[in-house]
Formats: sequence, structure tokens, C-alpha cells
Amino acid sequence: MPSLPRVAIVGMGYEGFTTSSEHLSFREMVFQAAVKAYEDAGGIDPRRDVDSFISCQEDFWEGVSISDEFAPDQLGAVLKPLYTVTGDGLHCIANAYMMIKSGVADVVVIESHGKPSEIASMRDIIWFSTDPIYIRPLKIPNPHALQAIEARIYMESRKLSREDLGLYVIQVKENSLLSVRAPYSHRLTIDEYLSSDYIADPLTIHDIAPYSDAAIVAVMASEDVAREYTDTPIWVEGIGWATEASTIQLRSMEEDIATRIASDIAYKYAGIEDPKRDIDFAEIDERYSYKALQVVEALRISSKGSITSDLRDGFFSRSGSLPVNPSGGALSEGLPLEAHGLARLLSAYEQLRGIAGRAQLSDIEKAIIHSWRGIGTSSSVVAVLSR
Amino acid sequence: MTSYIRGGTPLSDDEFKAVIKEIDRPKARYNMAAGIAYSRFLEGLKKGEILGTYCPSCRLVHIPPKIYCPYCFRYISKWVRASDEGKVVTAVISYLSATLEKLEKPEIIGVIRLDVPGYRFTSYRFPGILHRICGASEEDVKTQRIFDARVKARWLPPDKRKGSITDIECFEVIWG
Amino acid sequence: MKANIYVKKRVAIVGAGMTLFRRRMLETPQELAWIATRRALDQAGLELKDIDCVVSGSAPDAFDGVHLKGEYYSEGAGAIRKPHMRVYVGGGTGVFVAIAAWWHVASGLCKRVLAVAEEKMSSAADPHPQAVFRHIWDPFMEKPLNPNLIWIFALEMHRYMHKCGVTKEDIALVAVKNKRNALDNPYAQAAANITVDDVLNSEPLVYPVNRLDISPVSDGAAALVMVSEEWARRLTDTPIWVEGIGYTLDTSYWTNRELSYPVYLKNAAEMAYKMAGIERPMKEIDVAEPYDPFDYKELHHLEGLGLAPRCKAAEMTKEGVTQRNGDLPVCPSGGLLGVGNPIAAAGLMKVAEIFWQLRGEAGKRQVKKSATTGLAQAWGDLMQIGTVVILRR
Repeated sequence: MPSLPRVAIVGMGYEGFTTSSEHLSFREMVFQAAVKAYEDAGGIDPRRDVDSFISCQEDFWEGVSISDEFAPDQLGAVLKPLYTVTGDGLHCIANAYMMIKSGVADVVVIESHGKPSEIASMRDIIWFSTDPIYIRPLKIPNPHALQAIEARIYMESRKLSREDLGLYVIQVKENSLLSVRAPYSHRLTIDEYLSSDYIADPLTIHDIAPYSDAAIVAVMASEDVAREYTDTPIWVEGIGWATEASTIQLRSMEEDIATRIASDIAYKYAGIEDPKRDIDFAEIDERYSYKALQVVEALRISSKGSITSDLRDGFFSRSGSLPVNPSGGALSEGLPLEAHGLARLLSAYEQLRGIAGRAQLSDIEKAIIHSWRGIGTSSSVVAVLSR
Repeated sequence: MTSYIRGGTPLSDDEFKAVIKEIDRPKARYNMAAGIAYSRFLEGLKKGEILGTYCPSCRLVHIPPKIYCPYCFRYISKWVRASDEGKVVTAVISYLSATLEKLEKPEIIGVIRLDVPGYRFTSYRFPGILHRICGASEEDVKTQRIFDARVKARWLPPDKRKGSITDIECFEVIWG
Repeated sequence: MKANIYVKKRVAIVGAGMTLFRRRMLETPQELAWIATRRALDQAGLELKDIDCVVSGSAPDAFDGVHLKGEYYSEGAGAIRKPHMRVYVGGGTGVFVAIAAWWHVASGLCKRVLAVAEEKMSSAADPHPQAVFRHIWDPFMEKPLNPNLIWIFALEMHRYMHKCGVTKEDIALVAVKNKRNALDNPYAQAAANITVDDVLNSEPLVYPVNRLDISPVSDGAAALVMVSEEWARRLTDTPIWVEGIGYTLDTSYWTNRELSYPVYLKNAAEMAYKMAGIERPMKEIDVAEPYDPFDYKELHHLEGLGLAPRCKAAEMTKEGVTQRNGDLPVCPSGGLLGVGNPIAAAGLMKVAEIFWQLRGEAGKRQVKKSATTGLAQAWGDLMQIGTVVILRR
């Protein structure tokens, strides 16, 4: 039996990473991103060359029931196979990976977009994702409080101080000064960080990613055809995803178990035995500063016992041995809702292709990308990429 | 365990009301950007014009308009003005409101295929919109007389228009 | 899809389960999902710990009243601490869950997959679950007209009637057939012995649609266990192979196209037939479960699937071809019209029904002819998507 084909990213494009985007409808934003992605993929023609399209979106972020309805036209997917996955953009990458491995598709296009600037009742929508019997009736004013509880538990168990969280935030914000798409980039000082007001203790405004609007499209292809579209395919060596209990009190708040399970699967298929040694950099979810550290542990590029010292020793800085979010992550780019995972993929893709501009790292072969989905969820996707 | 054996526990309307624990009405409010294409279209409606975009590759006029042709996947930027006349592609009689309550007066709804002077389309792809139809009776619909009937937009007076699809009150049948 | 489909791994269904479909159930979404998955696991002879991946489907989040509801019902679907993927293509979801589950196994990543579909429409209680459908419209072109959902189906139905010369009487025969078939379905909500006149005299909603032309609103769940070839042979003597999958989405601008014939379904079916090696569907498909939320849709879909010549499905129905003892039994389960329409669960129920039919386990619903190849199909969004699955014994 012939071995299953490898899967590659052959093109990506995006529009946005701005605080608002009133001049374009979401369809027009996706169209712009798609045009750029198809150009990057060697001028691929969606009407002829693409076997399937996948959209990652959720009704209540979009403001329409059955958001799948509005997906095809702007991608060039009319009368073609297209479906929606209700998940982060990386869930779409996972499906494309499976479709290509199964032999049923050679070229798959993925899109995800977020226009949080258009959601006027964001807080209500976030609460709407929580358990209607056990959480919502508590009428807690601020949804970040749920994550603040988790932050407190995590920090106490790992003996992390506020200064430690501040160290992480300052580091990634500084990285983002090199980014071309970081509307929330600053050079932050520890004094500035420590003197800011809490949103929900221990989280300050600097610990929580603000929102931004973005549309991101990726083109994936099987090994057989990847070289028709690009000289620099970026391989998806392995991908895993997992879900834990969504209601916060029913799962561990110390460990990000969903990320651990997902990364175990990804590492297994990618043949990674020691991620600390084999991985060169990581693009992970940092929509809450403490979450990034939880994730780093779960990905086994640090551990419960060493996270505090690894952080303080600069292990994850751009000049460290395993840079985390080398051009800043969601804290500086903003959070484009379910498109966040594709934003992480985009950064890793640019790095591995050597087109990351001033943020370019050198001597890199393998990366991990990771995304969560935010409050009300405990689902994560992890993938190992290589060039 | 017994609910598993039975396959679930059906309830009557009253039994259901008795077991409701929480009632929630989500506040889901969005300010959606119309974007380039719809903005111009809506501005056009305010002026009493129905506008569309034209794709030179497949020669289709897109109404509702878009800045891309979904069939050719290319950027399009030529705007054309449709007539406010057309013909009925299909029509129905609604006895219910949007929330499924009985309407006092039934209304006739249809898909109207618009004329665009100088352009021709097939019956498979054409500029068409959903709207109310006036000047027709229930009989006209039930006998299918209304199919292919010519219609013309009945506009609200200019000072009442807001830049919305409802600036057109309905499409009036021109019986000939 | 790909021009040369070389599928390396075979996938089979080894168990299926469902809850009752009823207008209102006591169970929460998690509990409904649990009942269906537990039953599917029982039939497959597996436990939850044997499952390595879960694929689920559920239609609008607004029904259950929870945003990101895939996360919410995960625990009932057996997805905690497992890879969980929720897919969503409107009404097409139920059959699409089986399609996505297929590549979970065919990719080699998963060996024993749980496919679950759950819908709790009764939660959207005020004023009526149908009100949720106020938000499926284009916010600029359609919503300001205050449409109700039935408009679009009535518009499509009337166009079909006009183009094909099909009458309401012809169409009502489908509702009569399916509700009668449902009398033999222990899960059914709307089984009944009705006549064509009953349908024509039922409350007019949006002409030409009357109340009995439509399937009811329901709560319910259905589940399948789908495994790799190696596991299929270990677990059962009669695995039912998933031989073909297909899906296609048409433009969201449904007012710009001919509604009397579902081109998107033709494309989806062709994809599935090609993969399954089927060249003459009318001859090679033994039993079919096309999506029938409205009676005219069964006819519309039979034509799109190539199981009836264009505009001829009504004739076939009149001649009795689509009865359980006919040459091409259609909706032997009773369909959505008879069993109920908890959207995503209804689609997966159709796949389960074909599974049971091909195994000879459909009890009183068993079709007369010997069935080796069956088809299940669903449809959704703004009349845009066709999802097709072909099963073979």
C-alpha cells in the first residue's frame, strides 16, 4: 500500500488586523484575502484547481444563523464542495489535512474571518456561550472573571508573580514592534504594567488581547501537486486537536489538558519525541497572558517545575532557545475571533518561508502552532510545521 | 437509565412549561458593514435607482451587486443601472408573519427577474431579487397566471426613502 | 473533487442509534446526544474508551440557546478529552457528519469514530422555534422585508410545480407515503394514516405550502460508529461500507438562479457516484433516503440525485415505484415528514436507516427488495447545499 501523501501549505493571504473595517463587508474582506492567497499559491484558479473549500465560523460571531450560507461566492466556491466547521481556523486545517491524507482531495482552501468590531453586544454573546443552567444565571458582570479564576489558580500553583506575567507581556509586545500587523503594539515597561488597573484580578488590560478584524485564507495541497504551486511548500508534519469540559469548574484549571492531548497527537504523527529539542519556535494562543504559559507547559516545551525559571531566563524571547510568538501574538495583533489560529499559522508560515521581514528569525526548520477558542471553550488545535 | 431504555422522555406543552429552569433572551446586536457593493446599491435605492455590477467574462449583471464575480472569480467594478421593471420568476401567498402569526391580510411574495437595458440573461443565471408583489390576487398566484407577469417597482416617495430594500414598497403587476 | 480518486482506506459503519424524535423532550442537549451515542456504541459492541475521535453536527446554535454549542454538548457526545470536530452546513449537517467522519477514518488518523448529531429545537421556545429562522437571511437584501422561513421553500416549490407541471395533489402523495411508512418506525413523531385531501385541506401557511406538507419541529439525536476496515471485520460480520461521499454548495444568492432543479445536488451526487463506481444510479441504488423536510423536496431531490428523470419524480411516486415494496423504495423510515425534523439528527437518522436497511435490521420497515446499495442525502442553507452518502453491504 502506498504511503499516505504529505500535506503542505502552498499559499496564504490576509486582509485586516485593524481595529475596525467599515469600508468592507465581511465578504469583501474574505475576497481580498482569497485573491492574495491564490496569488501566493502560484496563481491557483479556485474555479478549476481546488477540490474543496472549508470555512471556520460561528453563527453568533457572524450575526446570522447558518453562516455557512454566506461562504461560497467570495472564495470562488460557488457550486463547489464547501462546508463550515464551527471551530477555530486550525480546525479547518485539520480537516483539510485529513481530506488530503485520505486521497479524496489534492487541493483544499481554508478561510476564517472575524469582524468583532461589528458585534455591538459582545459581552452578551460571550455569556451566551456559557452553560445556561450553571453559569449564566450567576449574572457575573464581566466574563473575563472566569479566566481570572483560572489565572489565579494557575499562578499560585506555579508560584508565578504578577511580575512574571508582566515579563511575558512586555516580551511579546516588544516582539510586535517588528510586526506589520500589530495595531496594539507598544514598548511596555514593568512599571507601566504593574501600575495598570485590574480588569479582573489578577488580569489587567495588558493581559487580555483586544479585538481586531481580519480575514485569512490558506491553500493546502498534497505532496504530489504542491510543487505545481510553490517552490517552498511548508509541510504540516502532524496535527492534533482535543476538547475538554467547556464549563470551567468541571476541568483542571492548572493544566491545559486539551492542549496536552492535542500536542501528543501532533507530535506522534510528526515524529517529535522531544519538542524542546526538535522545535525551533512556537506560535501560540496568548489571548490571556497566563494562558500562554499554561500552553507552553502543555506543549512540553517547558514544564510545571521549570516554567517560572524558563520564563525568567528568557528561554521564550526572540533571542532565547525557543522563541514564543516572535512577532507578537494576539495581545498585539488583536483577536480576530475564530480566525486567530490562522493568524498563528500565518506568522509561522512567513517565518518558515523566510518572508517575515524585520521579524525574521534565522536557522529555523520546525515550528508548533496552537490555538484555543476562548471563554466557554476548552478546545485546542496543535500542529507541527516544517520547511 | 430508564430514559435511555425508552429513548428519551417526550413532554406535552404543559409538562414542558413546568420543567423550564432558565429563560434567557440573548442580546445579539450587530452593526454590519454594508461594504463597497451594498453601500452603493443602497445609496442608489435612495435615489430611486436599482444598480448592479457587470462581469465582462460571463456577461452577468449581479443584482444584488458584488465587487467580485463568483462564477469567474475576478474583481469587477463596472456599475450598470437596471430598469425597475422585470418579470415574476416565482410567487407565493403568505398567510403568516415573520414570527408565524396569522396575518390579517395575506401578502404575495415573489422573486423578480429585473430587466437591464442592453443586457440579456439565461433562465439559469439572472439579476433577481426577493420582494413583495402588489396588484395581484390570490387567484393569480394559484392559477400560476402570475408566472412571467411583468412587474414594475412601486417606490416610496423620495423623502421617505432611507437607502434600504424597503424603499421599494412592492413590485406592481402590469397586466397587459 | 479530485479527478482521480484513489482512496486508500475503506471505512465502515458498525453501529447506529437514535432517540425518539418528539416535539418536546425533557432531556438536555447533552442527554439527547448521550442516549443516541450509547445506543450506537451498544450496537457496535464498543465502549466510549474505544472511541478515538468524535465528529458531531448540530444546526443553528440559536435553537439550543448556547453560542459555541459544540463545546456545550461535547460531554454528551462523548467528546471530552478526545479530538472533537463539529461540522455545520445547515440542514445538510446530518449527512455531512457521516461524510466528515469518513475522512477522519480514511485519513488513517482515527480508527473508531463516533458520529453524533443532536438538535433541541424546543429550547427556542418563545415564540416558536421557527422564529430562529428570522436570522438566516441576508441582512441587507432580505431581512428588512421580514420574511418567514416558509417563503423560500414555497417559492421553490411553486417554481418546481410551474416548470414541471406537477400539482399539489401529486406532491401530497409523498407526505401520505412517508407518514404511513413512519407508522412502522418506533421513533417517529408524526406518523399517521392520512389522505391527499387531508394534506390539501390542512392549514395553508404560504401557498402552495400547507401544514401537512411540512415536517414538524423536533428534539432528537442520532449517532453512528464508523471504523477502519480492520476494526470493521473484527466487530461484525456485516459492516456497511461507506463507498461514496459528495457535497456541493451553491451561491448564497438564491434569487439569481433557476430553482426548479437542484444543480448543486446533481454535482454532489456525481461526486459520490464517481467515488462509489456507480454509473447508472436508477439501476444501482436499491434504497434511498433523500431529505424530505417538505413533501415536494423528495421529488426535487430524486431528480437532482438522478434517481428520477427531470420532472418525472411525481409520476414515479404515483406509480408506486417509491413505496417500500416498489422498485426504488424512498424514505422507508418515514422520512422527516413522518419521523420528525430535529435538523441535524434527522439527516444522520437517514444514514442510520440505510445502515439498518442494508443489514436487514429495519424490522417492519424493511424494504421488500434485497438491498445492497443505499443512498442518504440531506440539504440545507438557503437551498444551497446537497450532501450525499452512499453505503454498500
